[in-house]
Amino acid sequence: MLSAVFIYNQKGEVLISRLYRHDVKRSVADVFRVHVISSPTSVIRSPVTTLGSTSFYHIRYDNLWLCAVTKNNASAAMVFEFLYRLLGLGVSYFGRFDEESVKNNFVLIYELLDEVLDFGYPQNIEVDTLKLYVTTESVRSSARGGLQSDVVTGIPHSITMQATGTTTWRRNDIVYKKNEAFVDVIESVNLIMSAKGTVLRADVQGQIVMRSFLSGMPECKFGLNDKLVLDRDPAAGNTTVASSQMGRRQGGMSGMGDGESVEIADCQFHQCVRLGRFDTDRTISFIPPDGEFELMRYRTTENVNLPFKVLPVVREMGKTRIEYEVLIKSNFSAKLSATNMVVTIPTPPNATKCRIKVTGSGAGKAKYNPEENAIVWRISRFQGLQELALTAVVDLTPMTKPVAWSRPPIALDFQVLMFTASGLLVRFLKVFEKSNYQSVKWVRYMTKAGSYEIRI
Amino acid sequence: MMNAALQTNFARLQIMKRKVLAALRKGENYELKTELNSEYKERRKEAVRRVIANMTVGKDVSGLFTDVLKNMHTDDLEIKKLIYLYLINYAKTQPDLVILAVNTFVKDAEDTNPLIRALAIRTMGCLHVQEVLDHLSDPLRKCLKDPSPYVRKTAVMCVAKVYDLSPTTAEENGFVEDVRRALSDSNPMVISNAVTVLTEINEMAPGQNVWRLDAKSVPTLLAAVNECVEWGQIAILEALADYTPKTEKEAESICERLLPRLQHANGSVVLTTVRLLLNYEKYVHRADLLSQFTKKMVPPLITLLSSEPEIQYVALRNINIILQRHPKLLSKEIRVFFCKYNDPIYVKYEKLDVLVRICSERNTEPLLNELKEYAREVDVDFVRRAIQAIGRLAIRYESSADKAVKVLVELLQLKVNSVVQDVVVVLRDVFRRYPRNFADVVPTLCEHIDYVNEPDAKAALIWILGEYSEHISNISNLLGTCIESFLEEEDEGVQLALVNSAVKFFLKRPQQGQALVLKALQTATEKCANPDVRDRAYIYWRLLSADPNAARTVALVEMPPVELESANLSAPLLEELVAELGSVASVLQKPSRLFVYKKADKAGVPRDSEMAYTGLDDAEGGAASAGDNGTTGGIDTSNEGEPELLISF
Repeated sequence: MLSAVFIYNQKGEVLISRLYRHDVKRSVADVFRVHVISSPTSVIRSPVTTLGSTSFYHIRYDNLWLCAVTKNNASAAMVFEFLYRLLGLGVSYFGRFDEESVKNNFVLIYELLDEVLDFGYPQNIEVDTLKLYVTTESVRSSARGGLQSDVVTGIPHSITMQATGTTTWRRNDIVYKKNEAFVDVIESVNLIMSAKGTVLRADVQGQIVMRSFLSGMPECKFGLNDKLVLDRDPAAGNTTVASSQMGRRQGGMSGMGDGESVEIADCQFHQCVRLGRFDTDRTISFIPPDGEFELMRYRTTENVNLPFKVLPVVREMGKTRIEYEVLIKSNFSAKLSATNMVVTIPTPPNATKCRIKVTGSGAGKAKYNPEENAIVWRISRFQGLQELALTAVVDLTPMTKPVAWSRPPIALDFQVLMFTASGLLVRFLKVFEKSNYQSVKWVRYMTKAGSYEIRI
Repeated sequence: MMNAALQTNFARLQIMKRKVLAALRKGENYELKTELNSEYKERRKEAVRRVIANMTVGKDVSGLFTDVLKNMHTDDLEIKKLIYLYLINYAKTQPDLVILAVNTFVKDAEDTNPLIRALAIRTMGCLHVQEVLDHLSDPLRKCLKDPSPYVRKTAVMCVAKVYDLSPTTAEENGFVEDVRRALSDSNPMVISNAVTVLTEINEMAPGQNVWRLDAKSVPTLLAAVNECVEWGQIAILEALADYTPKTEKEAESICERLLPRLQHANGSVVLTTVRLLLNYEKYVHRADLLSQFTKKMVPPLITLLSSEPEIQYVALRNINIILQRHPKLLSKEIRVFFCKYNDPIYVKYEKLDVLVRICSERNTEPLLNELKEYAREVDVDFVRRAIQAIGRLAIRYESSADKAVKVLVELLQLKVNSVVQDVVVVLRDVFRRYPRNFADVVPTLCEHIDYVNEPDAKAALIWILGEYSEHISNISNLLGTCIESFLEEEDEGVQLALVNSAVKFFLKRPQQGQALVLKALQTATEKCANPDVRDRAYIYWRLLSADPNAARTVALVEMPPVELESANLSAPLLEELVAELGSVASVLQKPSRLFVYKKADKAGVPRDSEMAYTGLDDAEGGAASAGDNGTTGGIDTSNEGEPELLISF
């Protein structure tokens, strides 16, 4: 298992160094710096570097290098999952995780590292639980606390029960005046389209994020228009949505008729969801953590509603000029609109001057950005069923040694509210708690660009 | 008034200045020493923080051991934790002084606060000092039976630490037995830590079989999997993956119980579950179940490709292994492996490998188009691999050869230097596979002759010239120019190829070739410094003068077809890697025994730098490359396996 964890800054200076086992010395931190961080080859050829019997695993974030070291045949996937979880922990604790926040909070980070790994084995990395007892305000020892010791001892006991119990992610004494749950369905649509307009690959990666503000230990049941469920039980398709709020919101959804279902290729759940239940009858049941968490991730590959169609024409006119004609059509209801749209149209590195024209109402602004080697076209609002076009002429300086341009793909970035590229809908969210309180539930939908590439 | 204030300020400044100077004189450690002994709590606390900060950046603060230790007896948990951290680092260097700390640890292990009890027992285990062991036994025994599961799970882990330091102490005190008992604890986390510890102890004492998972514990573990944290699930899944079920029924039920784990958000849980399912294939015989299991594996494996790039990489390396067990597993999913422009380069390499592996005859066309895109990217290595992949497809599927050659020629026409070199080498292999098919492409190839400038590519091109000489109108010119610069060529392979091609050309068209072959053989025998080239030229010369027909049977013979080097691992290695799926071994595609050193052979651990693994290309070589073989002396006829015999060189 993990023998050590190091955090470096950009230059390779050690900011945090924690050894868990005696099979490595502190100086292995230098080995990683020499072989990877300051390695003369700038491209990292593998995130796992094995030197002799020592393996180094690293991820990069902001200006940091997070590195784990093992001496045995550890599970590589687990090490990376752990490093990303550690990263998430840092972000959640300090707001952001960069050199400055690591330096300012190094004491706390050491406390966390002591808690999340024991002898190099991950223990409990649930932010909510850790925040109960690894805090910025140092917890006092109760033993010699005198007067209040009785009161205090009860608390660590419940903390440790939670840290090791079956619902490590939730305290049992949560009380809200108003019981609410917010569900965000966030889809990233990925596309690779050939220059001829053929869809080479399109899929949707969805994420269902829940923010629960519910009292006690609520038992939740969650339903989607999952094809497998609806096919098995056609009646289920007609059940009304559990709460009126959800119903109202859904009225605004367009492009999806009632009773339509979605074929989910695969889904992954937060550890609070009972996987056995899902496996037998595809019921999603769980006791949620308090506050925000990712309930599930899913993936669909069939019938993807691509929100934008792009028709690019890129002509290389001799060696000194390239002409672009890029037409973009939105392919969703006119009632909806995409926001923060950015279209990145690559230009060759030897481009000198661009004459760009955009047409269509609200066509935004396009600018040549030499650092990115691209024309960047920003459209603040792109209405549904609309067409915008860009034409550009790019001048090139002649090069002494002509190199063919690699023609990177056009990339789109956008978000469309109340639209799901997969057609997924939340059918219900039922909350049962022994005190039988009423709860209010809300749902939102958003589709954004994952990697939306159109080759030219 | 003002004056007085100023004066006191000035006096303060003076004092500070003196202090700073003193500190500078005596070094930072001296100053820290004073601070650690300060009468003010806050200053002591700050000093401890600074000690740890210095330790982090690698400064030696071991000299402050006793001073730090003095602060250990405190109510402040933060200071306590920092001092423990300090102790973990320096205990080994000061074993006799550590004893001073033991008292506090023992006292803390009986604190009313379970967090403190656990902290004490956890840290004591980490000290790794023989002297502490004797003092650890009693508290550890108590903590193993602690009412709080948090303390118990920490104590269980501590047993591994004790065993690491002294197996006898762990055995004699019955700690190992206690851990075995912990397998039936009421708390899932204690159970999973117990599994972890027992597995680890087994690894520490190979061959001693300290623990074997028995059928009795299996149901407890299966129940615990559903309840414990994800990391614990991994430990339990790994233990079950290595377990040998007693009956087929048991194997089936274990698989069925664990199938839902494939839906877990943690990629490592998913991969470990896949490993278990693959390992159990030898115990389960019902075909319907087996096909159900493999079918269920597919979507989660693909989902791993949407996780963070590093996890994608691990997943792809593993998919590569899984596909060798189940070649058809992902054949319908080829498009999900298409590279995104911004994928990290290591992900692209792996996707490319998987693409070639799962490509069936049916979908060569879209894949060839895709590979053409990759061949236009910036990274030279990636481009090379893409071009080699095109060659592999052409050689593997005859029906795709036309399209592949068309793509290669299109790439050639981009006139990008490195692309031209790689394309020429690959075309040579494709031509060898289909000797009569592509004569019409050769003239186009010859138009790009000026771009061919790397030895491998030159040798390949010259071979093509010799082979297709009858299809090239200006062949005499082309070969002539090459022979002119015979001596400027420094590469042996190119020189050998020139001699061969000149001979072949002569045998095909004696009139046109006579002058050329003479010039070539003369230059090679008289002026060439390389003995291999000279020898080769002499042999041809004598052969040609003695019996031209014999020469014909040697030089113009039909060659054995090019075969693809298998990209597969050997069967035993594959078995080993499937059993270690998800691990470093699977990423390196080397069995763990090659890079993990057990305690026993620690003496023989090689120095890190010497053992550096460079590329792992031996398992994934490109199409049979003929270019290299000339260097080892192509005369060796005994070696039938070599694609190039004396015939072509």
